[in-house]
Amino acid sequence: MAETAESKKEEADYKRLHSFPLIRHTDMPEEMRLETMELCVTACEKFAANNESAARIIKESMDKKFGSSWHVVIGEGFGFEITHEVKNLLYMFFGGSLAVCVWKCS
Amino acid sequence: MPVPQKPGTVRSKQGSNTHSLLKAPAVKGAKVSSKKKDDEDGTETGDGDEWTQGKTLVKPPDQLDLTEEELKEEFTRILTASNPHAPQNIVRYSFKERCYKPVSSVDQLAVHFVLEGNLLHKDSDEARRQRARQGFAEEKTATETENVAENEDKPETPADGVEDAGDAEDGAGEERPDSVDVQVGKKEHKITNQFNFSERASQTFNNPQRDRSCQTEPPPRATFSDTVNQWVIYDAYVEELQKQEKSKEKQKTPKKEEDKGKKKKTVWVESQSDDITKVAKVAKIIERMVTQNTFDDIAQDFKYFEDASDEFRELEGTLLPLWKFHYDKAKHLSVTALCWNQKYKDLFAVGLGSYEFTKQGRGMLLFYSLKNSTYPEYIFHTNSGVMCLDIHKELSYLVVVGFYDGSVAVYNLKEDRPQPVYKSTAKSGKHTDPVWQVKWQNDDIDKNHNFFSVSSDGRVVSWTLVKNELLFTDIIKLSVEGAVSEGQEDMKIPDIAGGTSFDFHKEIDYLFLVGTEEGKIHKCSKSYSSQFLETYTAHSLSVDAVKWNHFHPKVFISCSSDWTVKIWDHTITSPMFTFDLNTAVSDVAWSPYSSTVFAAVTIDGKVHVFDLSINKYEAICQQAVVSKKTKLTHIEFNPVYPIIIVGDDRGYVTSLKLSPNLRTKPKEKKGQELPKGPEVEIAKLEKLLSLLRDTESPVQK
Repeated sequence: MAETAESKKEEADYKRLHSFPLIRHTDMPEEMRLETMELCVTACEKFAANNESAARIIKESMDKKFGSSWHVVIGEGFGFEITHEVKNLLYMFFGGSLAVCVWKCS
Repeated sequence: MPVPQKPGTVRSKQGSNTHSLLKAPAVKGAKVSSKKKDDEDGTETGDGDEWTQGKTLVKPPDQLDLTEEELKEEFTRILTASNPHAPQNIVRYSFKERCYKPVSSVDQLAVHFVLEGNLLHKDSDEARRQRARQGFAEEKTATETENVAENEDKPETPADGVEDAGDAEDGAGEERPDSVDVQVGKKEHKITNQFNFSERASQTFNNPQRDRSCQTEPPPRATFSDTVNQWVIYDAYVEELQKQEKSKEKQKTPKKEEDKGKKKKTVWVESQSDDITKVAKVAKIIERMVTQNTFDDIAQDFKYFEDASDEFRELEGTLLPLWKFHYDKAKHLSVTALCWNQKYKDLFAVGLGSYEFTKQGRGMLLFYSLKNSTYPEYIFHTNSGVMCLDIHKELSYLVVVGFYDGSVAVYNLKEDRPQPVYKSTAKSGKHTDPVWQVKWQNDDIDKNHNFFSVSSDGRVVSWTLVKNELLFTDIIKLSVEGAVSEGQEDMKIPDIAGGTSFDFHKEIDYLFLVGTEEGKIHKCSKSYSSQFLETYTAHSLSVDAVKWNHFHPKVFISCSSDWTVKIWDHTITSPMFTFDLNTAVSDVAWSPYSSTVFAAVTIDGKVHVFDLSINKYEAICQQAVVSKKTKLTHIEFNPVYPIIIVGDDRGYVTSLKLSPNLRTKPKEKKGQELPKGPEVEIAKLEKLLSLLRDTESPVQK
């Protein structure tokens, strides 16, 4: 019992600690990066249960803000090889279990 | 037949003169007449004689009967283009000329016969259309058309043919309503005029076309690949958290470092101000370099130029103007004091104030170097006008200044502040009148620096610098009584005599001279405050300067506004030499290199240089160095260089180089007196004086 409690606590700790957005790779300029990151966070929080909607809203707002054509992948596990326009890639983790990859390629 | 009824045909009848034309109408006329005959007497026609007679010629009743010969006779007729029936005398009213005018051209055309045909080519469109139209009614009209054709082929067919033709025409007329009905079904498009129709087409020239294309460079791209799953994410977060913890630990330690850094910064700020002064020093050097470059020719003159013409003018010399020193803010002040620095021979002090009673105000103390004539080395602003100054001989950074308001002050050049380090106040024995001269003395027994001052209030005061105080001691009070004690006691003369200048003996420490406003010169001792050792009735106006000779211990010189310069032996009450310069003399100075040379400045802007060994009566150089309106106020010899500086009442200080004749003896005379030194100089002056004494003593006796 104690172990499970501990593990639960750990898990809670983990979730609490790992909730912040962690940028894994980006080549965006500072301002753009911050904006994109915030957008991803709000989208993922809003659609915590629906990655597709989150991805859609991210893509659409990125298209509006920085011009088309943006691509967004959100998931808990995936592999990818993409071609992107330089200075237009953000790859980040969020919430301890989500990976978000946003890039532009038209 | 309807043909003869037409007017055209009538005309043709009228105009038919030829046989060929006549024949047909004749035949027709015969037919008509035969018809009429039939109408009139049907019996004849009923007989049918005509058919049998066949070829009998029918003649009109009025036809001339001609014989065979007459018929065969040939008549020649010429056909011309002119119409014999055309009138030739037609006139028409001309509105332009308002009269009738004959018409020159008359229509010669006569139409004899017109027949409008009603035949159609059976292949023509019109015919086809008509056939099509008449298609259903063909059976009806077939006979009629045949008749028509027969009628036309055989004009001589009887009356029914005529009726047929009329029917045909009527038929055409009757047919029209039918054709309208037909037309309802069949739309008939307008027929183009096949004779007068031509088709034309044109096209504008087309501009040549050219293809051009370009493509932008596609934005640079890069590929990126990764694989992500839960444990990768977890690892990334754990790593990040560890990093953050580390950085937190680091932040704690840098705080201490930052404190240190702040201290360093404050230190740095302090040192920054030092840096500015360092820069200032460098800037100063640069400024001097620039000045040196700019005034290179003057520097060359200062060092090397010797007036070659002196060789030929044995008894005269010239002054070469060198630098002019001027400070913009001192424009309206006059130079009231000049003093060379004894340690740094290129540095001199300039006191600025005003001699005018009505123009008193601020003053200024400037230090110039010969190395930079454009800007002063040191600048001190004073509230009262500077009247005199003196630089300490050993401690060249100490400068004593006397002011118009009666105070004296000591400036220290080493201390970088605009205020004096010592200043006399009303409490501490300040003079009540302008201080006319100050002079540093040798240090006293307690090693305290001290100086003397003289003022118009009649006091000669000794000032001692003790720690941070300025202690004063009255040395002597100048009184008129002391000077004129004999025989004039009855008169009520103010008992104070204003001192205007003084000078201390070079060798005898206690001995000094004081010039007064009354024109007297008193020889005093520091020890006796009550009385004078001697009084010389020197000038009729105030004594502007009194100075001991640099070499000869007995000789001093005085000058006054009464136009005279006098040289004295202090043991004798009458002057040894008297020079009248024809204008007020502001200042006089002995040269430091010769006992017999001195220079005086006058208010008309001239410098007078005397060498007694060359000329005992006149100046060997009289030169105007400034404009005549400018008054020269002071003169000083440089202790080592052969230059003098003169100050004027506009704040300018001019430096002048003495030509060789003014500073050395001519070679011929000097050949014997090669050994130099004070003794030689003393001897030189003594020789002159002894001559005078010898001449004077008989006079006195």
